[in-house]
Formats: sequence, C-alpha cells, structure tokens
Amino acid sequence: MKEEERIPVLETKKLGITFGGLKAVSDFNLKIYEGELVGLIGPNGAGKTTVFNMLTGVYEPTEGAVLLNGTVLNGKKTHQFVEAGVARTFQNIRLFQDMTVLDNVKAAFTKDITYGLAAATFRTKAFRETEKKITQKARELLEIFHLEDKESWMAANLPYGQQRKLEIARALATNMKVLLLDEPAAGMNPTETEDLMACINTIRDRFGIAILLIEHDMSLVMNVCERIKVIDYGKTIAEGLPEEIAQNKQVIAAYLGT
Amino acid sequence: MTARGYLVNTAVTAALFLILCILCASPVGGNGFFKLVLVPSLWQCCYLVLLSASLNLILGFLGQLSLGHCGFMAVGAYTAALLSLGLQRAGVYEEKSGIVFTLILFVCILAAGLLAAGIGFLVGIPALRLKGDYLAIITLGFGMIIVNIINNLPFAGQNGLEQGSASASLYANGLGFGTKTKVDYLWVSVLITIVCVTMMFMFVRSKYGRAIKAIRDDEIAASASGINTSHYKVMTFTYSAFFAGVAGALYACTNQTLSTSSFAFTNGGILNSTFVVVMVVLGGMGSLTGSIVAAIIMFFVNYQIKNGAWVKALPAALQSVFTYPMLVYAIVLVVIIVFRPRGIFGTYEFSLIHFREDIRKWKTERAREKAERAGT
Repeated sequence: MKEEERIPVLETKKLGITFGGLKAVSDFNLKIYEGELVGLIGPNGAGKTTVFNMLTGVYEPTEGAVLLNGTVLNGKKTHQFVEAGVARTFQNIRLFQDMTVLDNVKAAFTKDITYGLAAATFRTKAFRETEKKITQKARELLEIFHLEDKESWMAANLPYGQQRKLEIARALATNMKVLLLDEPAAGMNPTETEDLMACINTIRDRFGIAILLIEHDMSLVMNVCERIKVIDYGKTIAEGLPEEIAQNKQVIAAYLGT
Repeated sequence: MTARGYLVNTAVTAALFLILCILCASPVGGNGFFKLVLVPSLWQCCYLVLLSASLNLILGFLGQLSLGHCGFMAVGAYTAALLSLGLQRAGVYEEKSGIVFTLILFVCILAAGLLAAGIGFLVGIPALRLKGDYLAIITLGFGMIIVNIINNLPFAGQNGLEQGSASASLYANGLGFGTKTKVDYLWVSVLITIVCVTMMFMFVRSKYGRAIKAIRDDEIAASASGINTSHYKVMTFTYSAFFAGVAGALYACTNQTLSTSSFAFTNGGILNSTFVVVMVVLGGMGSLTGSIVAAIIMFFVNYQIKNGAWVKALPAALQSVFTYPMLVYAIVLVVIIVFRPRGIFGTYEFSLIHFREDIRKWKTERAREKAERAGT
C-alpha cells in the first residue's frame, strides 16, 4: 500500500480553538500513522496541552476536525473518545489517590466489562471470570513498569516516578490505538528519564500503537521521536525529523528568543 | 473474596438470623422487655442501617453530597402504606398474618423500593449535572419538594393516613404493625436488611465500585480512563434511592400512623437527611461496615435522648438542649469533622476471616505511630 493511501490513525484537519478573543490554537494539521512515535514541542504556553485536550474531548474545537481512523470525533464526550481508542496521561499526575495501584489500572478496564448489575449482585460465572481476567491483565500491565510488587499500595504513597508510570499503565488498560503522553518525564532525573524511554519503546513494540508525546526534555524527544512538530502561540512553526528541527532557526528563536 | 470467605459469612449470618427467629417464636417473644423495647428497636435499627448504608454509596463511594435522601424514604413509606391499604380494601387479605399477608408485605416493600428508585432516577438526571455545593442545594430542595408533593396528594398527606382520618389509621388497616405483629414479622425486616446490605457490598466490590471511587477521586481522570461518569452517577443515585425506599417501607410498618411531618426538618425527629449524613460521616465515608455500626450507635444515642432516665435527671438548662435532638447531632457532626474526619472506620470493611489479621495490623500500626511520636 502506498504511503499516501494509508489512513492515519489520528488526524486533525485545520484544528483550532478560540477562547473568547484569544486564538489559543489555529490551523493545526497532524497525521499520525499506526506505530509512529511523534513529538509535540514548543515553549510553555504554546498550546500543546490545549491540543491534547481537543484530541481527547476535554475541549470542543471551534474550528477543524479530529479524526480517528477516518471517523470524526470532535463534539463527543471524553469517555467516547477513549472508547474510540484515544488515551492520555496528564501533565499534573491525576491518579485515583484513594484506590490501590491495582485498582487504578482495573478502573480503566470498566468500559470493556460487559457484565451487568444482576451478574455483580449474584456473583455469576460471567462476573467471576471477567474479574479474574482483568485482574490478570492489570497485573501484566503493572509488570511492564515493575510495579507488580506494589499492587496493594495506595496510589498516593508511590514515589513520584512510579506514579507517572502507573498513569501510563492505566492509560494502556483502555486498549487504545493512540496514546497521548503529556510531559511524562516532568520532574524526573536522568536515570528515571532513561528508564522511561525504555518503557516507551517497549510499549510501542509490544502494543503496536501510535504515540504522541509532549515533552520539554530534549534528550528524550530527540532520542525517541521519529518526527517532531513544533508549535508556538498556537501555530505550527516547524515539522520534520529530529535532526532538522534541532537546526531550525525559527525553533531555536522560539525557545531562546531572538 | 474467596469462596471460603463467602461460605463463612453466609454461615455465620444464617446462624445468627436463625437464633433471632427462634427467639421471636419462642416464649421469649412474649417477654415485656423483648417485645416492647428490643423488637421495635431492632426494627428501627434495620431501616436506619439501610438509610445510612445507601447514602454512603453516594456520599462515601461516589463522593457526591446528597441532602435529599429522606425524600426517597418518604416515597417508599407512602408507597408501601398505600399499596397495602389498597390491597386490604380490595379484599386481598384480612388479617396481618398468614402466607398471603407475608407475600403482600414483600410485594409492598419491593414496590416501595422500585418507585423510590424511579423518583431517584428522575431527580438524578438533572441534579447530577451539578457538583459540590450546588448538588447539595438541589438535592436538599428535591427532598423537601417530594415530601411536600406527598403532603398535598388527596389520598396521602397530612391527614390522609392519620388516626381518625377518613382513610382510617394504619394501625388497624394496611401496614402499621402492633406489638405482636412486629415480633412475628421481625424476621422480614432483618432478612431484607441483610439482603440489601449484601447487595450493596456486591455493588461496591465490582466494576461499579471501582468506577464510582474513580469518579470520586478524580472525575476528569475517570472520564479519561473511559468511564461514562454521567451513567455511573445516575445509576448509583437510583440504586441508592431504591434502598432508601425499602427503608421507608420498613418504617411504615413500625408506626400506627404515617405523617409527612415526621419527614420535616424542624420537628426534632430523626427522619431528616441531615441525620443520615451524620450517620454516614460518623461511620466513615467509604465503609459500609462503618455505616452499619454508626446507624446502631446513633439509634442508641437517639433512644437515650428521647427515653433516657439520666436526661430527666439533668438540670433544666441542659435538659432543654435535648429537646432539640438535631442540635445534638449537628454538634456531633462538627466534632467528627474536626477531630476525626475519616469517621470511626475510615474505609475499612469488616471481614470475618480477616478479622484477626486486621487486628494484628492495626496494633502494629498503632505501636509504630506511638514509637514515631516518642522518637520525635
């Protein structure tokens, strides 16, 4: 199949949003294909998380469209985006603090659980088998991130780096086609960042999903991303391979000032 | 929970239940203290347990403040009372005994729960679009609106079911048990309470429990994990209202008359939503065990305030405080929030097979905290 004929997993067409008088994001065009790892970078306040929020149904774009495998998604509710196959993590970690590590991951399986209230009340075979299956799946996901021995810890008690990993594990539980990671390496030291890079590569190889990454840590971005898109003040200023972006004058100006 | 856990729980519960039934059927059932104090107390404990456990689903597990719970109870109470009255007038049964009446009793209780659930659904859909204080206000409003509507229905309301009114009292007709009937049918109340509490446990320990706890902890993250928050909120609200309705039906059995003034906020009674909130907070938001224990404690406190000999021995100034029981409960609520917001049990759930292990863990935890404080 020719490159041009493949349907992108995630696509945006002239995506934009205006808050009152402020054009936060405008004319954002993106195509991500299955298995790709794309980076989205830009100075603080450029509109990266706003883009994420539009890609996950938190904000409704005022112009343009978000498409998943060709289906238009904008206008739907967040959980419908997740059901369609878009999952995300948050810039400020949003875990379920008063639930155990294992339950945090199990909670994300909810949409795929088919048993009803009657089955839960009478503890039918369907119920017991489903519960067993998702407990096992949740444990497998925790193992990827080496969290399996902390499964009964309260999520709030995990060290910071592991909380970030738990958030990614929880997102993986939704069985998504595209994973949006919002500054996954924020607050991590170089060792933890290396570890995270390895995790991201493992996830990509193992699950065959597409990943869109917002990051400020350039070592992570340059090493892991196949393609990078740079935005500033809501507009795309550059797009291309990591080497090209590193040399791009406009990008350097945006980060360092002219 | 393991199969062994279920078996142990069922066996112990069944054994205790059987002992209770035997006591009621035996000559003990005729004993003065038993039938005049213990049995009515157990009836009251039953519906208080149901009220507090069901509100905990919304308040503790879902994390939403609903102040209209007693509105659903009122719906349940009147549904059961009117249905039984209607059936009696239609000639389906005569006496409050026998197989037919027992069946009718179950049907009335079920109908009470279902209608309350229906009202809960209708209230939940608009109300649950709001959060926090706004939800509290709107549920408070709905609770009062519901009671007022019942008040103004021609066949119910203030005069509808009162003694001496045109519809005749409940005491002789319909529900509204006398002393002996209460002893004879205590098993129904206890059985229904056990079944309902079990249903709530099953609800919490399933995808539903996980989903609503996720919504409580972080609604945005819950949406981002694929949970349809509106669906689970409305569903939990409806389910909780069902049990409140059942509690109402049980309440309707315990009194000679049924009046909407018992559900009002100001008459010093305990059938208002604030009292239920106190029970839930005292027991621990997020612990069904806590709700059960707190309901029994608060029942006891209320009993002492109303009937305690020691109250009458108090100086007049202090005694006047106790004529406003809700004042006492409001103070209790403030004290809990200030000194132990987690309540008695926090989020702990009692389990027969883990009990010894839990005690051991608690003791080590206490010793550790003591050592830390001594060290610093």
